[in-house]
Amino acid sequence: MTVNIQQAQDTVIKTSDLSVFYGQKQALNSVNMEIERHAVTAFIGPSGCGKSTFLRSLNRMNELIPNCRVTGSIQIDGIEVNSDAIPIEGLRQTVGMVFQRANPFFKSIFENIAFAPRFHGVKNKADLEELVEKSLRKAALWDEVKDRLHESALALSGGQQQRLCIARTIAMQPSILLLDEPASALDPISTMKIEELVVELKQEYTIVIVTHNLHQAARISDHTAFFLMGELIEKAPTSQLFTSPQDKRTEDYISGKFG
Amino acid sequence: MRIKAKIMDRTATFLLTAIAVLIIGVLFALLGFLLTQGWHKLNFDFLTSPPSIAEAGGGIGPQLFNSFYLLVLTMLIALPIGLGAGIYMAEYAPDNRFTRFIRLSIEVLSSLPSIVIGLFGLLVFVTMTGWGYSILSGALALTVFNLPLLVRITEDALRNVPPSQKEASLALGISKWRTITSVLLPAALPGIITGTILASGRVFGEAAALLFTAGMTSPDLVFHDFSLNSPTSPLNPMRPAETLAVHIWKVNSEGLTPDARDVADGAAAILVIAVLAFNLGARWFGTWLYRKITSGTQR
Ligand SMILES: Nc1ncnc2c1ncn2[C@@H]1O[C@H](COP(=O)(O)OP(=O)(O)OP(=O)(O)O)[C@@H](O)[C@H]1O
Ligand SMILES: [Mg+2]
Repeated sequence: MTVNIQQAQDTVIKTSDLSVFYGQKQALNSVNMEIERHAVTAFIGPSGCGKSTFLRSLNRMNELIPNCRVTGSIQIDGIEVNSDAIPIEGLRQTVGMVFQRANPFFKSIFENIAFAPRFHGVKNKADLEELVEKSLRKAALWDEVKDRLHESALALSGGQQQRLCIARTIAMQPSILLLDEPASALDPISTMKIEELVVELKQEYTIVIVTHNLHQAARISDHTAFFLMGELIEKAPTSQLFTSPQDKRTEDYISGKFG
Repeated sequence: MRIKAKIMDRTATFLLTAIAVLIIGVLFALLGFLLTQGWHKLNFDFLTSPPSIAEAGGGIGPQLFNSFYLLVLTMLIALPIGLGAGIYMAEYAPDNRFTRFIRLSIEVLSSLPSIVIGLFGLLVFVTMTGWGYSILSGALALTVFNLPLLVRITEDALRNVPPSQKEASLALGISKWRTITSVLLPAALPGIITGTILASGRVFGEAAALLFTAGMTSPDLVFHDFSLNSPTSPLNPMRPAETLAVHIWKVNSEGLTPDARDVADGAAAILVIAVLAFNLGARWFGTWLYRKITSGTQR
C-alpha cells in the first residue's frame, strides 16, 4: 500500500455540532473535529470529560445505552453516520473498536479472530486461516500463540489478550481503529508492545486512541485533542499542542495543574 | 466493647454451624432411611417386571419407563419454549409495564401448587381436548409446571454473562441475533444445562400434577412394540401412564398386594436415587462444561 502525502493529510472523520446526552445530562457539547487519515490522534483530558463518549459515537455504540441521545453530524468519508440509512453492522466493521479491558470471547484463539470475518462473509476455511495468521502477525502476537491457536483465549496473559482483541478487530479489515485506553490495565512491557503496534498500524489504519498518559500521547500520536467537561478545547499536531498550547486550560492540564 | 463483639461473633458462628449440621443431619437421616428401607428391593426383576394386582412379587418396570418417557417428552416441549421466552426476557423485552406484567405472571405460575396445575391439566388437556388420561396430557401439564423455572433459568444464565462479551461482539458489527446465538448462549450454556437438569429432577419426582393428567394406571407395556398408536406400545403418547411417584402414592394409599409396603419402599428408594443422580450430575456436568468453555480447548 502506498500512501502519498496528499492522502495522508486528508480528513476521514468530520463531526459538526456533535452533542451527546445521557438522559438529562449533557456529556458532549457541540464538538467540531476533523480527524486525519493514516495518522494517530490521541484524546486526552480529565476523567469524565467525554473522551469515551465521543469515541463510542463514532461507531454508534452509544445506542446500546438506554436514554442516550446523540445530536449533530458525524461524517466518515463524507457519509453521514447518524442516519438510519446506514447499515450499523457495516459501520462497525469499518470502524473497529478496542476496549479498555481486554474482552476476548469464551472461545479459542482462532475462533476469537475468525468469528467476525465469518459473519461478514469470509466462509472459505483456507481464507480464514490465512486471515487469522495475518491478523495475529499484525498484532505482533503470532509467534506467541501459533502453537496453541485452538486453546482458549482466556488462558492468555492480560497483555496478550489485549493484542488478541486488536487482532480480532483488524481481522474485520476496518479502516478506522478506535482504542479506548487500550494499555491502561497493562504492565510497562505490554504497554510498550501496544504502543509500538499502534505506530506500526497507522500505515494502514486511521487510529484514534484515548489515553490518560500524556507521555504516551506525546510518544505515539501525530495529533492530540484536549477535552474538558464535554467540550473540545483544542486539537493540534502533537508537538505543537505540547510545546505551545493555544489555550490556557490546555497549558494548565499538560503542565499538571489539574486533572 | 471488643470482648462483647467477640462473644457475639462466637455465638453467631456456633448457632449457624449448629443449624447447618442440623440440616445436613436431617437430610442424611432421610436419605439413609429411604435407602435402607428400599435397599433389598433393588434388583433387576423388581426394576423391570410389571406390578401385580393382588399377589406379592410385582415390580415397577412400566412405571420406571413412564417416568423417563414423560420426562423426555416434557423437556422436548418445554425446553424450546422456555429457551425462547428466556432469551426474549433477557435480551428483547423492553423495561415497561407489559414486561413487568409478564414477569409477575411467571412468578405466580411458578408458585402455583402442583395439584392446581394437575386440575387445570385435567380440565384443558384431558377433558377439553378429549385425549383422556395420556402421556401427552401429562407432559403438557408438566410443561406448565416447569416453564416458569426454565424461563427464569435461561434469563438468569444470559444475564450472568459479562456485558463485555456482548459489547465486544456488537462492536465487531455482529448482528444482535448472531451475538445471542454464538456468544451469549454458549457462555450461558453451563448455567442453562445445570438448571435444566435440576428442573428434570423436579419433573421426575412430580406426582400431584400427574394424578389427573397422565393417569393412575399403566397398560402392561409390550417393550418390542414401537408403533406410536398401539395401546400397549411404550412410545404411544396417547396412552395413560402412571409414573413412579404416582405409583408410590397409589400403592401406599390403596395397594392390595401383601407386599404393597415393600413395593412402595423400593420405588421410593429408586426415586430418591434418580433425583440425587440428577442433582449431583447437574453440578458435575455444569462445572465440567464451564471449565471446558472458559479454559479448555474448544472447537
Ligand atoms: N452510561 C452512562 N450513563 C450515564 N452517564 C454516563 C454514561 N457513560 C458516561 N456518562 C457520563 O458522561 C460523562 C462523560 O463520560 P465518558 O465516559 O465519556 O468520560 P471519559 O472522558 O471517557 O472518562 P474516563 O477518562 O474516566 O474514561 C461523565 O460525566 C459520565 O458520568
Ligand atoms: Mg473513558
